[in-house]
Amino acid sequence: MRRPGPALLSWVEPRFFLLLTLSGLFSVVLRPRLLLNQLYSVGVLSFLIIFISGLFVGMVLGLQGYYILSDFGAEETLGLMVAASLVRELGPVVSALLFAGRAGSALTAEIGLMKATEQLSGMEMMAVDPIKRIIAPRLLAGLLSMPLLAGVFSTIGIIGGLLVGSGMLGVDDGAYWAQMQAKLDFYDDIVNGFIKSVVFGFVASWIALFEGYDAIPTSEGVSRATTRTVVNSAFSILGLDFILTALMFGDS
Amino acid sequence: MQHSNTQDTLVGLFVAAGIAGLFFLSLKASNLSSITQKDSFMVSARFENSDGLKVKSAVSAAGVKVGQVASIELDPTTYQSVVTMAIDAKYNNLPDDTTASIFTAGLLGEKYVNLEPGGSDTYLANNSAIDITQPAIILEKVIGQFLFKAAEEKK
Repeated sequence: MRRPGPALLSWVEPRFFLLLTLSGLFSVVLRPRLLLNQLYSVGVLSFLIIFISGLFVGMVLGLQGYYILSDFGAEETLGLMVAASLVRELGPVVSALLFAGRAGSALTAEIGLMKATEQLSGMEMMAVDPIKRIIAPRLLAGLLSMPLLAGVFSTIGIIGGLLVGSGMLGVDDGAYWAQMQAKLDFYDDIVNGFIKSVVFGFVASWIALFEGYDAIPTSEGVSRATTRTVVNSAFSILGLDFILTALMFGDS
Repeated sequence: MQHSNTQDTLVGLFVAAGIAGLFFLSLKASNLSSITQKDSFMVSARFENSDGLKVKSAVSAAGVKVGQVASIELDPTTYQSVVTMAIDAKYNNLPDDTTASIFTAGLLGEKYVNLEPGGSDTYLANNSAIDITQPAIILEKVIGQFLFKAAEEKK
């Protein structure tokens, strides 16, 4: 695709940012190395925070759930409670919020700084399209990492709940798994949670990349853009979560 | 960013861990392992009332799950509830005078269909019907009857 001239470009680019990025996704397939590097900085570096948060969220759910459920003599359903809340809501949402804070802010700062130090203009001078070279691999990396991170989060959370539930509070671990398997549905719960995490990953990376690309190229501008990334991502994730939940989990 | 083999390895491990997590959720935490379409045959039963029973509710005999409810419909002429159950093909030796009743698991638990095998020599086959049924017990009705009786006795 031939890029339009600079005056038009400055008008077109922010408005059709997503479209340009999506059209650049095909060129990423030809350069897997770019994607691999971004998977490292977006996915691998977020892994530890997701792992540890997932563990603690699961353990807290185990504790709190046990206190409430034991009032009704229903401690056995602890596994279901922990797993359902993780798979449906907390897994996708909390990992997306952490993802926006950990990876999204880094993306914005990186691209904002590239813009401020005129690396992006430099690329254009060399006839390298920065959208294809810089933005598209990062969007794809975010899109791929987020479901994986959410899956790890939920898995570790369920194990954390089991550690607290059966290790500390004496819930039977057989019942923990059995209740979970009996009541969680693959399509209604797991697949819907997966769809949520894909949507959140897309939105969080999109916002982060756009804010970085659209940043005012000064140190203050980059700092503001980074803040906007985190704030806007958090809003969009929580708002979208409500909409998706309302659409997905009707009375079935 | 410089690339290195360590980085590639870490990316590989990350992707593997993520996929392993998703697999774990699908197989261990949900019912995917049990909904693999097993061979089953359909048996229908007519109930006066199937209150609380849902599609996918369990069908069990002697406490062992032998199938699940496939559909629940209202018969337009008799106004009975026609419950069709998918029974695992390996349980094809249920006698045709089996009794079907709707029970509740625990005081507030889910409704399920309980099959009580009879003594007949012929077995239930695909699309056969269970004749002897016992409807769901509706707690409000029972309490109502109890109160009514208590009031009668006082007179």
